Amino acid sequence: MKAVITVIGKDTVGILAKVSDACAQASVNIVEVTQSVLQDMFAMIMLVEIDKSTVGLDELRDNLDKVGEATNTKIHVMHEDIFNSMHKI
Amino acid sequence: MLETKDILETINMIDNENLDVRTITMGISLLDCLDEDIDKACTKVYDKICRSAGDLVKTGEDIEHEYGIPIIHKRISVTPIGMVAAPCQSKNVVKFAYALDKAAKELGVNFIGGYSALVQKGFASGDYALIESIPQALSETDFVCSSVNIGSTKAGINMDAVKMMGKTVKRAAELTADRNCIGAAKLVVFCNAPEDNPFMAGAFHGVGEADTVINVGVSGPGVVRAALAKSGEGKDITEIADLVKRTAFKITRMGQLVAKEASKRLCVPFGIVDLSLAPTPAVGDSVAYILEEMGLETCGCHGTTAALALLNDAVKKGGVMASSHVGGLSGAFIPVSEDAGMIAAAKSGRLDITKLESMTAVCSVGLDMIVVPGDISAEKISAIIADEAAIGMVNTKTTAVRLIPAIGKKAGEMLEFGGLLGAGPVMPVREGSPDVFINRGGRIPAPLQALKN
Repeated sequence: MKAVITVIGKDTVGILAKVSDACAQASVNIVEVTQSVLQDMFAMIMLVEIDKSTVGLDELRDNLDKVGEATNTKIHVMHEDIFNSMHKI
Repeated sequence: MLETKDILETINMIDNENLDVRTITMGISLLDCLDEDIDKACTKVYDKICRSAGDLVKTGEDIEHEYGIPIIHKRISVTPIGMVAAPCQSKNVVKFAYALDKAAKELGVNFIGGYSALVQKGFASGDYALIESIPQALSETDFVCSSVNIGSTKAGINMDAVKMMGKTVKRAAELTADRNCIGAAKLVVFCNAPEDNPFMAGAFHGVGEADTVINVGVSGPGVVRAALAKSGEGKDITEIADLVKRTAFKITRMGQLVAKEASKRLCVPFGIVDLSLAPTPAVGDSVAYILEEMGLETCGCHGTTAALALLNDAVKKGGVMASSHVGGLSGAFIPVSEDAGMIAAAKSGRLDITKLESMTAVCSVGLDMIVVPGDISAEKISAIIADEAAIGMVNTKTTAVRLIPAIGKKAGEMLEFGGLLGAGPVMPVREGSPDVFINRGGRIPAPLQALKN
């Protein structure tokens, strides 16, 4: 199963590293990353494989919430299917 | 790969525009629980509900966490208890309400609907006793919701039942006067009631339904309003309708996903997705604000009915392609106390009960969550029900009445419910007595629209 991690907030040094680190610690494989910076606002979207994750989705979400707090960003973890069903026919 | 803007749009809908799945409702048939002994029947009812819906709340929460979509309520609807009570010949029908309430508490669901009777053409055994027991049942239980279908396009309107429901609504409010008349807020009087509606207080599990079924009600007025605010400026009405359709499609797809997933995990057939725009008192999550975003100064001014008709139709057109089975009420709800924009319009006097009545001819339900003065006569409530049922009967649509007589309060005062039910200003009703008309009893014959064969 794939999930989408989105990170939205003010651009600071090391956001990508911290989020990737949290993923690596949970054996969550990053499949794809896109990021854009619009007028200081940072938006990063990661597609990740969570089948081999060593932690549950809730725990991964909690861990990433902590990263979000530390970097002053808002991080969401959502199932890929939501976006597929909402935006693709 | 998914588009960045699509992903951000979804996140924004959930974070800032109150997008949610309003309810996963499990319909459960109680037709195998009939028993002449009411206590045995109640035990069977309790056991069947607990057995069928044991995993409902947990499954809802799991989906919520896994997918990251808020699912606000988990509910149960059951076969109209009027039928289940038929063999009992007992005056103590209210025992069924206790059994339903106990099951709801055991399972942790938010509401259980189906303390209901279908009497559009006449009273069958069990129906009369059930209707008489509704006020007591609603005052002595916490989660039980009740509905009575008093008319349909096929059958006409049962005016004996209409007369009875005026008294029942008033009594339900009186018995719960110390709790903001909450009893009346849990009671809906229908014409053309749908049998697969997941929304409360009018949900029940129709007799033509499978043994158990999963129905999902979506929400999302905030999302539609935001879409219009973002890109509606300067657009003509055709483009506005298209914008609503596109947004409704996205909202419904999410509901469909949740419904299919819940159905798979619970091993219960998927019934329908109800494409309703259901407002909440949260600022921004209002159907009235959508109408105002279309260009009305205030909800209730001239033009409101046309704007609502457009909205209701566009929601259906957008939603119907997004789901494999659509049903329930499907359209825009206009519950006054649950909608911040409606509350404001009613408070300012620009939205009155007669304008609301005309709006119900084009919205998905009817006069919903309207607070009326506590000294209103039962006959007047019956007359409001009859008017509303006539609109439903003639237009072959569902209409409903959920009036709350605010005991001890007069027009202009406020009645506060809290939570999703919100707060409503007491709205004045029209002068003049309908007493003789209501007390005649009998049936309004089915209209010509019924003769389609």
